[in-house]
Amino acid sequence: MRKFVDSHLRVSIADLDQLEKMVSKSSELGYRLIGVPLPPNLMRETIHKLQRICSDAKIDIVTRLNLVPNTPHELLLDLRRFRRMFEVVSVMCNSKSVARQAAKDRRVDLLSFSATNLRKRFFDYAEAELASKALSSLEIEIAPLLSLKGFSRIHLLSRLRKELVIAKRFGVPVVLSSGAKDPYVMRSPYDYSSLAALFDMPQESALCALSENPLSIIKRNREKLSSDYIAPGIRIIRSLRRETVASTHEKTISPSEDC
Amino acid sequence: MPRRMRRRYLHLKIVSEQLVNEKDVIDAVWSAILKLFGEYGASQANLALIECDPQKSYAVVRCLHKALEMVKASIASITEINGKPVAVHIVGVSGTLKALHKKATM
Repeated sequence: MRKFVDSHLRVSIADLDQLEKMVSKSSELGYRLIGVPLPPNLMRETIHKLQRICSDAKIDIVTRLNLVPNTPHELLLDLRRFRRMFEVVSVMCNSKSVARQAAKDRRVDLLSFSATNLRKRFFDYAEAELASKALSSLEIEIAPLLSLKGFSRIHLLSRLRKELVIAKRFGVPVVLSSGAKDPYVMRSPYDYSSLAALFDMPQESALCALSENPLSIIKRNREKLSSDYIAPGIRIIRSLRRETVASTHEKTISPSEDC
Repeated sequence: MPRRMRRRYLHLKIVSEQLVNEKDVIDAVWSAILKLFGEYGASQANLALIECDPQKSYAVVRCLHKALEMVKASIASITEINGKPVAVHIVGVSGTLKALHKKATM
C-alpha cells in the first residue's frame, strides 16, 4: 500500500488549533507524512509540541524550510546556515539567477515557482538540466489551481503542462503538494491525482509525485542528518574503542581501502 | 445494436459549515464541469444526482464511465457552494449502487 505525503501544508505554527485541525484532516484523508514549513529560529520545545500533535493523529511530520532569497549569494548563505537543521529545503525562485543557483545546488530539495506571476516561472530546459544533475525536484502546488479562476487558471494549467514535458524529458522528479492554508482546500491524494490530469499528468505519475518522489527525498535527507552518516552508502554501524567504519552492507572496510 | 452504456456511481462526502441541499450539490458539480471542460465536455458526462442526504452530508452522483476522470477532477475543484467554503471528497466509485454503498460503509 502506498504511503502518501503532503509535503507542504501552509499552516501557521502560532495557531495551534488550526494546525491540529489540519493535521487530523490530513490523517483522515489518507496521508502518512506531512511537511510543515517552520521558521529557522524555532524553539526545540515547539517542535516537540508539533511532533506530539502529529503522533496523536498517527501521522509523521517533516520539518521543512522555505527559503525566499533575493540573490544567489543570499541563498548560499541561508543554505550554509540552515541546511542541517531541516529535513526538506525548498527554494522559492523569484529571479532567474536564484533559480539557476538553486537548481545546481545539491542542498536544495525542491524548486518552487510563483503560481500567480507566470513570468517568474523559470523552469525551462536549462533549469531542468541543472536540476536533473543536482537531484532537485520540481514542486507543484495544487491550492492555486483551486483558488484561481478564469484566465489565470488557464494560463497556469498551460504553463504546468509545458513544465511537465520539460521535467519528463530531463528526468527531473516532480513533487505534488497541497499548499493548503485551511482544511477546505485539502483533498485526498486520489483527488489530487484527478486534478493533475488537468495538466496532462498521468494518474500513476501523479500518485508517484505524492508518494515515492517525496518519500525518497525525506529518506535521503533523514539518512544524511543522522549521526551515523558519513557519506553516501557509508555509515557507522558500531562504535568500539577503536572506531570501526563499515559500509551499509555491514562489510568492514580495511584501513588500506579508501573510504 | 448499440452497447449498453457503462455508468459509474460516485459517493461524495460534503464538508461544509452549512447544510447543503440536493439542488446546491448538483448545481455545484455542473458548474465545475462547465468551468473546467466547457459545454462540450459537460454534455459527455451524462450527469445525474441519485441520492443526497444533507443531514449526513453525503451525495451519490452518476456519470458515464468514459467521463469519470473529468467528473472526478471537476468535483475535486469545487471550493464553494452559495458563497460559503466547502470541500467535496470522493469516498468511493463503483459500477453499481449496491457495491458503492458497501464501499462507503467500509
